[in-house]
Amino acid sequence: MAVEMLSYIDRQSPVHRLTGGTKLLCLLFWSSAAMMTYDTRILIFLVLASVWIFAISKIKLKEIAFVLIFIMLFLLINSIAIYIFSPQEGVEIYGTSHVLFELGGRYNVTLEELFYLFNVNMKYFAVIPAAILFIVTTNPSEFAASLNRIGISYRISYSVALALRYIPDIQRDFRNIALAQQARGIDLSRKEKLAKRIKNAGSIIVPLILSSLDKIEIISNAMELRAFGKNNKRTWYRARPFQKIDYVTLTLFVIMLLITIFITFHDGNRFYNPFV
Amino acid sequence: MKKTVIQFENFSFKYRSQAKPTLNDINLTIYEGEKVLIVGPSGSGKSTLGHCLNGLVPFSYKGEISGSLEIMGEETRNLDIFALSKNIGTVLQDPDGQFIGLTVAEDIAFALENDCIPQKQMVDTVTEVSRMVDMENFLDSSLHRLSGGQKQRVSLAGVMVDKVDILLFDEPLANLDPATGRHAIELIDRIQKETETTVVIIEHRLEDVLHCHVDRIIVIDEGRIVSDQTPDELLASNVLENCYIREPLYLKAAKYAGCEVTAEMKPSHMSSFAINGCKEKLVSWFEKTAPPEKKAETPPILELCDVSFGYHPDHLTIQGISFSINKGEMVSIVGKNGAGKSTLSKLICGFEKLSSGRILYSGQDITKDTIKERSLRIGMVLQNPNQMISKHMIYDEVALGLIIRGVPEHEVKERVERTLKICGLYPFRNWPISALSFGQKKRVTIASILALEAEVIILDEPTAGQDFRHYTEMMEFLCELNRQGITVIMITHDMHLMLEYTPRTIVIAGGKKIDDDSAVNVLTDSEIINQANLKETSLFELALRAEISEPREFVERFIAFDREVRQKWL
Repeated sequence: MAVEMLSYIDRQSPVHRLTGGTKLLCLLFWSSAAMMTYDTRILIFLVLASVWIFAISKIKLKEIAFVLIFIMLFLLINSIAIYIFSPQEGVEIYGTSHVLFELGGRYNVTLEELFYLFNVNMKYFAVIPAAILFIVTTNPSEFAASLNRIGISYRISYSVALALRYIPDIQRDFRNIALAQQARGIDLSRKEKLAKRIKNAGSIIVPLILSSLDKIEIISNAMELRAFGKNNKRTWYRARPFQKIDYVTLTLFVIMLLITIFITFHDGNRFYNPFV
Repeated sequence: MKKTVIQFENFSFKYRSQAKPTLNDINLTIYEGEKVLIVGPSGSGKSTLGHCLNGLVPFSYKGEISGSLEIMGEETRNLDIFALSKNIGTVLQDPDGQFIGLTVAEDIAFALENDCIPQKQMVDTVTEVSRMVDMENFLDSSLHRLSGGQKQRVSLAGVMVDKVDILLFDEPLANLDPATGRHAIELIDRIQKETETTVVIIEHRLEDVLHCHVDRIIVIDEGRIVSDQTPDELLASNVLENCYIREPLYLKAAKYAGCEVTAEMKPSHMSSFAINGCKEKLVSWFEKTAPPEKKAETPPILELCDVSFGYHPDHLTIQGISFSINKGEMVSIVGKNGAGKSTLSKLICGFEKLSSGRILYSGQDITKDTIKERSLRIGMVLQNPNQMISKHMIYDEVALGLIIRGVPEHEVKERVERTLKICGLYPFRNWPISALSFGQKKRVTIASILALEAEVIILDEPTAGQDFRHYTEMMEFLCELNRQGITVIMITHDMHLMLEYTPRTIVIAGGKKIDDDSAVNVLTDSEIINQANLKETSLFELALRAEISEPREFVERFIAFDREVRQKWL
């Protein structure tokens, strides 16, 4: 099928060579670092580093472009919402006010607010590509094994892996259902008004959910018939032992996290302030 | 005396949600190494019987059990589903739905993983079992890239890793094209001989299963066992006819001709069937049966001119296909899985854009028309009705397309009611859709397309998963629509369907049209049969063996006669 987003993309790259467990831990360290800090220098480093990791993973930008654009749209809405609800957040944080142009009272655009919004967006830019990268470079079955390895019950691990595995299936179903409904005149294209489009989407979601429920019943029976859930433990056909590259990577990420914590908190303020 | 492996004694089962028991007073013994076929119409309880064997009843589907069921000498209610799965390996109906792993090897290993087998040993077992089903070269392939037959091999391997004593196949032939189905039956036969396991097959495509030897056939109807005999004895009786199970066509023909069929004639297989005694009767039946009427020629309604299409520019899925379908025709499009049949239907409906070529409707070029514009003329019915139904009530579902198009309310009402009458759903118009059977749901989806007044409808496997009686009902319904002037195009790999209901068949292989002829001619042409994974009809072989002068004509007359007979069921 033509469109398959967010499914595993098989390539030969150092990122693919890491075990799923390593990648998951690294992703956790990475996102904690990005979420904790508002230090612009670190954020810029994280964004640049994630671009670099992206490059060595051999995943092409266009393979994840759709999701990226979708998320960017949300970021834009997010930024606008922050500005609407607290236009002086930056001034409060940085303690100065450089008005760029006046919109009246609270809504004066300040350099501080823009800088604050820039930081917020940088945090997302640091995390999102890394998270997407994790999904598209981790074989779903290995993913389950790796969740299990870091101590999560295999039942939960496997459900998560199955969910990931069914993403392409559901996309395919979605497409078929959408086309068949369009053929009945249910228009989802731009020609229709937004309110109506949202209403029309319901006529695709309902059949999608119903047919997915059928699938869930079949798969859960199939799993039970093959003794899933019998023991408290299970082994993994695809499990891979940790290798040197995994230890090296993990160490690097832990160091990165520690440095971030140090720089962020050593002066008692999470924000990097260029205004004083 | 052989060892008993399965023993039902006065066994009954009632699902918790149902008022009446689904299985009544079952007494059945199956011995070690036997190969048993269980047949029965939809809703007869044959699947439930399978569920009782593998433990889904009562562990997943709750209900009340009375009587006893012993497997390998142990009472099942004292076991759990995991212990049972060590004895009985189940291959479920739909290979796509039951795959758990991503690659062949992982899926085969699934049961081993759950048993905490160490990785090294797991790899060895997987390799060994995959060799038994000839899949050792595909271990790292993604399951979705496999053909239907290969998928089935993987499912089988997945349960064989446990070294089970009993293999249970739940409708193994559903979703397989005829040639692949035959290979599947041969594979089951070979595995049974090599491993000496007991095999239980639940299936309603009797003639296809009988391609290889079966020890016994159990017929279930309305929750009771109505027959437990050898194939030869069963086929000589009239049990199957009374339960609406399709008998092998060659046998049906012999019965129509007035031949006295006995078990001694070995009717269970065409090649063993002793017909010397009834050759004359067959010939005289042939001579006195009227040939089917030919329809008058009508102008073309849908024309494809040199249509090509590919999902990727350098790989064409459809290569230069041209054909023309006349108004009021009933045509089948056949070919093996992945030949491009579904893609072709998507192109006709405008779901995908042609790379080159043209599509004409009543002489007008519609290549550039949108999905919505085409949908006024051409309707598409998906295989799974659940993928199309979005409303709770039947009336609302059928009216949906009209309301969205802004048709005035009184006209909506009139059109919906008229369509519901045509589809035989008028009495149910205020019912919730969830109360309908699978076949009725399918009718609702057809009705919702017809309400838009499409003149051409395309159906993807209209009879998949339906038993002989529901099959007949559905197809006669489509014929009725056809008589009212609707052009019907069906995508199928059911050979009975193409032979019995579509005078004309278009055969697709590798994205190209390889034949366009009457169904009878297609199914008797060995060249085409091989390329498109079809199977020669046993009627043809019967006609040849009976030394009938025009064997193809014999097939046609039989089909017309048989449909006439089945009209009485409705």
